[in-house]
Amino acid sequence: MLRIKNLEAGYGKLRVLKRISLHVNPGEIVTLIGANGAGKTTLLATITGLIRAIAGEIQLKGENIERLAAEKIVARGCSLVPEGRQVFATMSVRENLVLGGYVQYRSKGYDLTAELDKIYALFPVLAERQEQLAGTLSGGEQQMLAMGRALMAKPSLIMLDEPSTGLAPLIVKNIFQIITRLRDEGNTVLLIEQNAKAALQIADRGYVMETGKIIVEGAADELLANKDVQRAYLGRDVE
Amino acid sequence: MAPELFVQYLMAGVTYGFIYAIVAIGFNIIYNTTGIINFAQGEFVMLGGMLAISLNGLVPLPVAIALAVAITMLIGALLEITFIRWLDRPSVLRMIIITIGLSILIREVALHVWGESVRALPYFSGNEITTIAVLGARVSPQILWVIGACSLMVGTLSLFFRYTLLGQEMRACAANRMAATLCGINPRNMVTFSFMLSAGIGALAGCVMSPITSTEYSIGTGLAIKGFTVAILGGLGNSMAAVAAGLLLGIIEAFSVSVLPLAFQDAIAITILLIILFVRPHGLFGRKDAAGLKEF
Repeated sequence: MLRIKNLEAGYGKLRVLKRISLHVNPGEIVTLIGANGAGKTTLLATITGLIRAIAGEIQLKGENIERLAAEKIVARGCSLVPEGRQVFATMSVRENLVLGGYVQYRSKGYDLTAELDKIYALFPVLAERQEQLAGTLSGGEQQMLAMGRALMAKPSLIMLDEPSTGLAPLIVKNIFQIITRLRDEGNTVLLIEQNAKAALQIADRGYVMETGKIIVEGAADELLANKDVQRAYLGRDVE
Repeated sequence: MAPELFVQYLMAGVTYGFIYAIVAIGFNIIYNTTGIINFAQGEFVMLGGMLAISLNGLVPLPVAIALAVAITMLIGALLEITFIRWLDRPSVLRMIIITIGLSILIREVALHVWGESVRALPYFSGNEITTIAVLGARVSPQILWVIGACSLMVGTLSLFFRYTLLGQEMRACAANRMAATLCGINPRNMVTFSFMLSAGIGALAGCVMSPITSTEYSIGTGLAIKGFTVAILGGLGNSMAAVAAGLLLGIIEAFSVSVLPLAFQDAIAITILLIILFVRPHGLFGRKDAAGLKEF
């Protein structure tokens, strides 16, 4: 689905990503964990085209996308749920979702009402709040709206940037259940998290990132059992 | 004050108020998608009037106006594509200086093409001396054309932003540019559209006001100052507040004539602008906390 080879990117002269390589297979949840400042968000911004890659390749479904403009990449089927939700605060919940489906309007067989109903089935609270302004929603509801908006584009790969930040544990659990459900319905997910334990528990595979490099990769349960990962990210002392 | 005189002043105030409001809405539309003030907004009004006057001899008046609006929209789009679109993350100051440069450029080109003479479109219905009675006062039917056309524009614009996909895309860009990009919306196109839309409404206002106020190459500057005052007075970016603020300024100006010499009329707008900038820079209807989050 997604294949990244020796990717380098950054801001101005600062190189944040140093020869990153990773891949995501169809139908799996892959998680990328790492501390603040490791470059996780920069990596997502580069995949979505918000930042230009300096070197390396990004392939989505076999097609190179590292030179495409951000809005073209969304149309190729790669949607990002950005850090901090970034909903259209001054617009209604429904308008937010409708705009999410923007790239699909012209494609044949896209049924806006049916797609909206799917999202409302996944997040019943959004159906209740259709006409409310997105800025007045709670943090958890905004996160659901941001996910719903990304799903409206019917992406083949959905990427989530720290969906659990600032949310109550119960809501985090709910969000992670929904991510699992998305995978079970055949979606491909790239999940970026600081909450490493929760992320690894639902993921199939994982990558650990530190100062712009991938330092460990493997199956999620292997990473959960890995002593270095445990010490650094799972808050567990290993004697 | 006699009631007829009161109505007379009020009608004049409302007329000018709507014109200021349209210029202010033009400012707001571009401000919302780019975060800058387009100081060439007044020039769009001038261009609309001038083009319609030139075309009027060749084609019937309604066609001339429609063509003038279309051409001005095209010019708006061209200016944006040529001077702003290709800039990579320009600073607010840089873009503002560019628009000031554009306004000078348009004015000088207009001076070369049309000269210094003052022109006007013919009255849409009747002529200079036709009047109709409104609550005891005698007003020109053109005043009703201005009020009608401007309220129609305001209404159509609010429906456009609320219910059409393009309008929603533009609002999305204003609300969160990065998220709009992630939805597959091209923000650069939205900026071009916003210049076209501003140019279009400015040009239409320039046409309907021309019979009353006349049009010459330099009217843009004065209108831009009045429109800017109104936009700030209402709170930048808020188009409905701009209408209220526009009417307020228009009416204050109209009634000032009864107490102050006419020469002071233009000073009033500047005074209000200064007071607002000192006392309530977020505008009468703007929210202070929201203003604090804005770059400009």
